[in-house]
Amino acid sequence: MAGSLSNIAGKPLWLLAELTYKCPLQCPYCSNPLEISKYSNELTTDDWFRVLREARALGAMQLGLSGGEPLVRTDLEEIITEAHRLGYYSNLITSGVGMDAERVARFKTAGLDHIQISFQASDKELNDFLGGTSSFAHKLEMARAVKDQGYPMVLNIVLHQKNIEQLDDIIKMSIELKADFVELASTQYYGWSRLNVGHLLPTKEQVMKAESIAKHYQTEMKDKMKILYVVPDYYEKRPKACMNGWGSIFLTIAPDGRALPCHAAATLPDIEFPNVKNNSIKSIWTDSYAFNKFRGFEWMEEPCRSCPEKEKDFGGCRCQAYMMTGDAAAADPVCDKSSHHEALQADVASIAKTSSHKNEPLIFRTMRNSKKYQTDKIFSPQQN
Amino acid sequence: MINQTPSLCSMYRFQWEEAQGNYVLLYPEGMVKLSRTAGEVLKRVTGDATVKQLVSALQRDFPESDLENDVIKFLTEAKQNGWISF
Repeated sequence: MAGSLSNIAGKPLWLLAELTYKCPLQCPYCSNPLEISKYSNELTTDDWFRVLREARALGAMQLGLSGGEPLVRTDLEEIITEAHRLGYYSNLITSGVGMDAERVARFKTAGLDHIQISFQASDKELNDFLGGTSSFAHKLEMARAVKDQGYPMVLNIVLHQKNIEQLDDIIKMSIELKADFVELASTQYYGWSRLNVGHLLPTKEQVMKAESIAKHYQTEMKDKMKILYVVPDYYEKRPKACMNGWGSIFLTIAPDGRALPCHAAATLPDIEFPNVKNNSIKSIWTDSYAFNKFRGFEWMEEPCRSCPEKEKDFGGCRCQAYMMTGDAAAADPVCDKSSHHEALQADVASIAKTSSHKNEPLIFRTMRNSKKYQTDKIFSPQQN
Repeated sequence: MINQTPSLCSMYRFQWEEAQGNYVLLYPEGMVKLSRTAGEVLKRVTGDATVKQLVSALQRDFPESDLENDVIKFLTEAKQNGWISF
């Protein structure tokens, strides 16, 4: 019952505002849904102001300004100003394309706390190939501009088979740019990256080598540059504590106002996700069917239900469980207690080794490809 | 340490969170919920006061024994975490 679960809802400490799904880049591993072409009814500035205010009142402290590419929004400075006024710690998660040194200065004045810039690779050719546009030189310039404005310089590189062999160079580039923080995020396979899994999934050997390189630099650069290496869960025996639990800490608002516990949740069947256009953040977070669906432990099936580790990883990822077993309440097959674990391992091993994907092109994240590849799942665009 | 001057590293923001009823440290995409001691100490890390001055100020507001040891212990940990520098 929504009522009895609301007292374990906790606070939405982390608000992710996906301001738009428009983006000048076309990365084939993008974590946005395949249905990006259907999100045309973007929230207005005033809508976002209300979302910010209501979430803050519930205890939100960290604000991620993301997308797509948040720089596409011309009201970004206003949103930052309001977020700052409300007391958020604001993080701009960006490709860097759509700003210049002057705009970075305006962000500083508006009170933006930090800017995270993505790189697709450590060399221009691969970076621009993956991003689908000439952006490498500009990113380097923006990394420097961010530092010039007194920001901590934070870089994000999504790792996959096409760039994992460059890891040493990627870290060296980060050191040269005097990055304070480097996030090496192994690709997760939902949406676009799932479409391209044959191209993107690294082998276990590649992953292990990358992990040792990351560890080496973590030691070497201790106290100088913090390196966060996110291990790909496909090669693990226990799942990640996805989002720290469903509806536990993270609240994502998609560009059309749909509220989600995570990036990929809209892929789950039979759940209507509430929209901020006609619901308060409080009612969404505390009372909605969607946000309460996988809260607590009552929804769990075996082996999760009686597992002593359930409070540690919450059974893993619901979206992954649904994707691989057809049951969103099942154990995440990454866990070796799942009856689907071996099948996942076999699948992963064969995908990583096969080169049949080499005959198929990479499917880049474009609006045209969105229309072509989106799933048959009935999608009800939130019309207002 | 007692005569050194600690200051908060620029990547970290220290603030009181009404909704939480405690002080927090916020940094890129992360947060640390601070214990009462930690909050009271960091509140006085202004970049102008030496550890000695900090302890005196704290002692005035919280007349308890062994405060200096607790403060030094916490500041050592804070430095290790990269929250402060001297």
